[in-house]
Amino acid sequence: METEQRVNLPLTPQKVRELKAGTPVRLFGEILTARDAAHQKMIQALSRGEQLPVTLKNALIYYTGPCPAREGEVIGAAGPTTSSRMDTYTPRLLAEGLLGMMGKGDRSDTVIEAMKKYGAVYLAAPGGAGALLAGKITRAKAVAYHELGPEAIFRLEVADFPAMVAIDVFGNNLYRVEREKYARSNE
Amino acid sequence: MREISVELITDTVAELCREANLCLGDDMLTSIKEAVSKEESPLGRSFLECLYENAVLARRKELALCQDTGMVVVFVELGQDLRITGGDFNAAISEGVRRGYRENYFRRSVVKDPFLRENTGDNTPPVIYVRVVPGDRLQLTIMPKGFGSENKGRVAMLTPAQGKEGVKKFVLETVSQAAASSCPPVIVGVGVGGTMEYAALLAKKALLRPVGTKHQRPDLRELEEELLAAVNDLGIGPQGLGGRWTALAVQVEVYPTHIAGLPCAVNLSCHCLRHKTKII
Repeated sequence: METEQRVNLPLTPQKVRELKAGTPVRLFGEILTARDAAHQKMIQALSRGEQLPVTLKNALIYYTGPCPAREGEVIGAAGPTTSSRMDTYTPRLLAEGLLGMMGKGDRSDTVIEAMKKYGAVYLAAPGGAGALLAGKITRAKAVAYHELGPEAIFRLEVADFPAMVAIDVFGNNLYRVEREKYARSNE
Repeated sequence: MREISVELITDTVAELCREANLCLGDDMLTSIKEAVSKEESPLGRSFLECLYENAVLARRKELALCQDTGMVVVFVELGQDLRITGGDFNAAISEGVRRGYRENYFRRSVVKDPFLRENTGDNTPPVIYVRVVPGDRLQLTIMPKGFGSENKGRVAMLTPAQGKEGVKKFVLETVSQAAASSCPPVIVGVGVGGTMEYAALLAKKALLRPVGTKHQRPDLRELEEELLAAVNDLGIGPQGLGGRWTALAVQVEVYPTHIAGLPCAVNLSCHCLRHKTKII
């Protein structure tokens, strides 16, 4: 495995180019959450020519819908959801200056082409480790689309949040490379 | 005639929802531990260790194992010599889900309508299956089903000529397409026989068998082992980032079927396979 890198947020176009597929990272700083319904709302707003309720320039979107927080806690379980459901919306958001995305699972070729074009990175967070990841979130506040409940856009402050660079700005894709390495012929 | 009140049913459902979402079963913990010791991929190993740590943390801090606390599937075995008193049976189960999810801060993941998509706000309604059985007991099984893996299930109406080879091909295609999205290492539930919808139900019920136990029928045990080896040769691995353990188990259930058909369904569960049962 590559050496782990500390990544301070927000991302910069320069930093994104340094993050190579296969590098484990620890995130520190601010990220936004959005999943299916919030993506749909943002795309609808953009198509009507409206401003988005949050700025996506240099942002990192984490695909998650967290559990509500218990009294006195920051947040409930907050692991990644399947990223490919966002594929249809992603290129338009990259055009708004989004630099990073984090979720679980592979992305479409169209998204990967758009990531190369706009210079964005895709991180894999450990899927199904929601309780563990909740402990890496130090602040959480719903900032837009509150009516969507768990699907609202939250601004999160994270510290030491573990992830893996899965697809880099050059289109190198850990999902495809690693799977081939371990595959055995079944025919 | 033995009587059970709807209040007892509600209390039991609420408690089972809590336990299922906080405490991963011992069968899963053992199975994940075994995978850690055998995984060849360093990345895969560290991910599997992280899942174990997640399960320990969830129980200790009373945090849901996964933020997708699922749509609740309830399997009921209702003794025919039992009488339910004090209200509506289905409403009592729904109330148990409502309470279990509210009191434990679990995510509400259910929408009122598949097209209008407004959240019901209390994770109801559940999906309820009732089977009437001899006796005067009530067995309740709660399975919160996350949709990362649920979305990747499939049904095929195969022909008798396609036989076991057809089933094997379909299972492999399904797991291969699901890849990382279904949160591997997965448990693969396979239902063969019955009718179209019954095969799907069998596939889901196959997930209830404790992981690591073998099928009673030798030929099906052999089929399960063959399927597991083939699935794990796909290379998808833990978290879909390559490795030996794409599935922890393949579990098959069968039922009589029509002379013209071979219905086959695959229901996948992520590594966070949650279900709890209580008999009252």
